[in-house]
Amino acid sequence: MELFLQQTLAGLATGTIYACIALAIVMTYQAIGHLNFAQGEMAMFSTFIAWQLIQWGTPYWIAFLATVAVSFAGGVLIERIVLRPIQHAPVLSHVAVFIGLLAILNSLAGFIWDFNVKPFPTPFGTAPLLGNGFIDAHQAGMIAITLLLLAFLYGFFRFTRVGLAMRAAAHDPVSARLVGIRVGWMTALGWGMAAAIGAIAGMMIAPIVFLEPNMMLGVLLYGFAGAVLGGLSSPVGAVIGGLIVGVVENLAGTFIPVIGGELKFTIALVIIVAVLVMKPQGLLGRPVLHRV
Amino acid sequence: MTALLEVRDLHASYGTTRVLHGLSFGVLEGGVTTLLGGNGAGKTTTLRALCGMVLRTGEITFAGRSIAHLSTEDIARLGIAHVPDGRGTFVRLTVEENLELGAITRRDRNAIAQDVERVFGYFPILQKRRGQQAGTLSGGEQQMLAIGRALMLQPRLMLLDEPSFGLAPRLVRELFGILAALNKSEGVSLLVVEQNAALALDLADQAYLVETGRIVFSGAAREIREDEKIRRSYLGY
Repeated sequence: MELFLQQTLAGLATGTIYACIALAIVMTYQAIGHLNFAQGEMAMFSTFIAWQLIQWGTPYWIAFLATVAVSFAGGVLIERIVLRPIQHAPVLSHVAVFIGLLAILNSLAGFIWDFNVKPFPTPFGTAPLLGNGFIDAHQAGMIAITLLLLAFLYGFFRFTRVGLAMRAAAHDPVSARLVGIRVGWMTALGWGMAAAIGAIAGMMIAPIVFLEPNMMLGVLLYGFAGAVLGGLSSPVGAVIGGLIVGVVENLAGTFIPVIGGELKFTIALVIIVAVLVMKPQGLLGRPVLHRV
Repeated sequence: MTALLEVRDLHASYGTTRVLHGLSFGVLEGGVTTLLGGNGAGKTTTLRALCGMVLRTGEITFAGRSIAHLSTEDIARLGIAHVPDGRGTFVRLTVEENLELGAITRRDRNAIAQDVERVFGYFPILQKRRGQQAGTLSGGEQQMLAIGRALMLQPRLMLLDEPSFGLAPRLVRELFGILAALNKSEGVSLLVVEQNAALALDLADQAYLVETGRIVFSGAAREIREDEKIRRSYLGY
């Protein structure tokens, strides 16, 4: 029982990271209707920037905030420079561009910072929290940061006019233009926010998976599973989906002997396939209806 | 009266299919112009062309400046509120959020709150539904919401695409009464596209008959209303 509780909590902690990546994927999907395969590599690159700043002697939280800001600007730039010119191009062009981005960011990180695995600091420490050993300080910190981030995003989209304009632009771009919303800039803003959310996820998971150019591969896969499970049209669903994937992954790895550590990855794929076969719109998503 | 909107030789096409073949018409400052014509005449396309929603060429002048090369969002920001075909409702947002979106380009917060109340004054049913998802409203309520949202822009010109479409006759009369009141008391100029010619001619001062992308007749609304030949041959009533 103790092991079960401990593994559930640990799963929730990593689940928050999957939730963030899932949320970033869903935000981009809502804005442009495509899945950004490079979301994980963007987060990895951001994490390297944070690492570099810390190496140069910047205090952790200043490096953290600076990385979030730089990532936001980077996300906006990628949208303006790479995606805006192909906004009316077919799906396959987008897939090719995203895979290109993924390869470029991955190689660039390896080129600048090499492919050796590096430790990444945690601002929370790794001591067991409250001495009961259920959850350590870093895991608790991860959960707290994610909750703060979600509260901020909820407030932004629910109570600010820019948030309202972004929702309107995502739901109905034609009508949004008619009320004077600059839809293109709303999309760029969405990219910036997705990149910033990914950066936070990267910095939070790096102390656990260690820093290297391929660190986000698994996380991205779980993030996709979370996004699909929650429903690609629902930000709340993405968060819930990410948390569920984190817990399921951890419990299955611990309690199903066949799976163990080696087959954990497969779980993400099993979840994706299962959802697509049984409930394609996900837990909270809306089915896509086409009038013919 | 001076012209608020002047359109000269407007052409538009969807892909390679040309839909408008050189329309010229205008809306007077404080006036009401109606474009009449049957299905497929190009009335909706004309409104879309004015707002830059389809590829167009020709001269379009609004309040003395050319808007033929502006984007849809910049045209809206000049004070042209388009109530489109299909009403342009943000169906997943609430009634109140829809109204706020109408004023999203404005900065004067207090005036915006007053304008929301003013819209509720014109359309009391919207106040009752303010927290409801707009997609759950009836067709008539959505049309009211669309006009209310357009008003929130504080427009100088409103473009209305078949405001009577799909509504019960009693509601249509009420709606046109409100449009007339908006024109008189708020000084909003209107460009109304309609299939219901009798109704539109009562509201308008200038009228144009559109057929297959061309204007075949134009004149004062009163003259057309009284010209039996035109009424019979073009308007069918």
